[in-house]
Amino acid sequence: MAGLEIPTWDPETALLIGTILLEAIVLYVGYGGLERLFGPYLMKLLVGGEANAR
Amino acid sequence: MLDSLLDGLGILGTSPEMLALFVGFGLVVGVLFGFFGMGGSFLVTPALLMLDYPAPVAVGSGMAFVFGTAVIATLKHHDLGQVDYKLGAIMITGTTIGIEAGRASVYYLESLGLAGGIISVAYVVLLGGVGAMVTRDALKSNGGGGIDHEAADKELDEYEIPEIAKTIQQTVRIPPMVTLRGDVRVSAWVITAVAFATGLLSGFLGVGGGFIRMPAMIYAIGVPVPVAVGTDLFEIVFSGGLGSYLYGQGGGVNLGIVAPLLFGSALGARIGSAATAVVDADGIKIYFGGMLLIGAIAVGIGEIGSYVGSPTLELLGLVLVIGAAVVVAFAILYTTISSLRQKRHQRTTVTD
Repeated sequence: MAGLEIPTWDPETALLIGTILLEAIVLYVGYGGLERLFGPYLMKLLVGGEANAR
Repeated sequence: MLDSLLDGLGILGTSPEMLALFVGFGLVVGVLFGFFGMGGSFLVTPALLMLDYPAPVAVGSGMAFVFGTAVIATLKHHDLGQVDYKLGAIMITGTTIGIEAGRASVYYLESLGLAGGIISVAYVVLLGGVGAMVTRDALKSNGGGGIDHEAADKELDEYEIPEIAKTIQQTVRIPPMVTLRGDVRVSAWVITAVAFATGLLSGFLGVGGGFIRMPAMIYAIGVPVPVAVGTDLFEIVFSGGLGSYLYGQGGGVNLGIVAPLLFGSALGARIGSAATAVVDADGIKIYFGGMLLIGAIAVGIGEIGSYVGSPTLELLGLVLVIGAAVVVAFAILYTTISSLRQKRHQRTTVTD
């Protein structure tokens, strides 16, 4: 029967969760950069002229 | 070396078609999360259950996805100064115990062979309940459900504390009392109780719990809406991280599911968040409520299909849950682009 347990150190699981954390930070920074670079161009393409994206 | 690492983490165990499906579904979920500030994540676990993943993998991977999404959203809200770190820190203890109790319940029910069924029923009740509430509020046009985008732009001291929160603050005065952002003074025990209840729900269903925690922070603790949103996300980083770790130790986190979902949702969340500046959320809220209701029906159909051994019904459930999310996400994108084009046309006409 499963019961409440105190988390124990497990390097493989830590690597797994660390990978997800790293991916999240990389995506935040990466998509932020892409938005600054291509955002205005994409808005122009979608709206058909100058538009202010947030 | 890389192959063995990726294989060990579960990436290579997912087919290219499934990776594409997860990226696409993540994109849709991200648009919904970015626009409504909640709700996207609790479509993931039922969808994984319907894809025949074992309950601990569906819940664990759903929670790991919530963790990644919360990291990204917290970074953004930190930049906006909308995170109460003191409140978040107090909540962590209650949430942690709640999550562990919820997780233990999942493994116990799994050992009895009941986990998938009971979790699906809990989702039907939750999605149906929240969906009905949001739809009713949208029909009354008085807001409720998701983030009030206009309210989020007010100053923190302009917020009025709800009557129920005032009553709780005046009646429950068990020390230690703490002062939070927006001059809110409340017992640390109230905060812990709210945290435990939402943590239990998180651990059991693999959701962030924001759709319960946010209203609870506003109505039970009395914190301003933007602080409730930002602190909720900060708290999910820890609770989701710990929950994912605990599920990961039992082999419940599949990176082949989480990584592509996150890849799509991070982009979708940016699009959804940008759309809030253009589109009035109240106009679309009814679709959101409808989507949750369809989600509840879909999970019910999928569960009946699984019970009677009908793959057609299971497939119908899956198509409904993904289809409803896709339709609402497209409604948001379509309305945003139409509004932008309309505004540009008006500007051009005025200039002429």
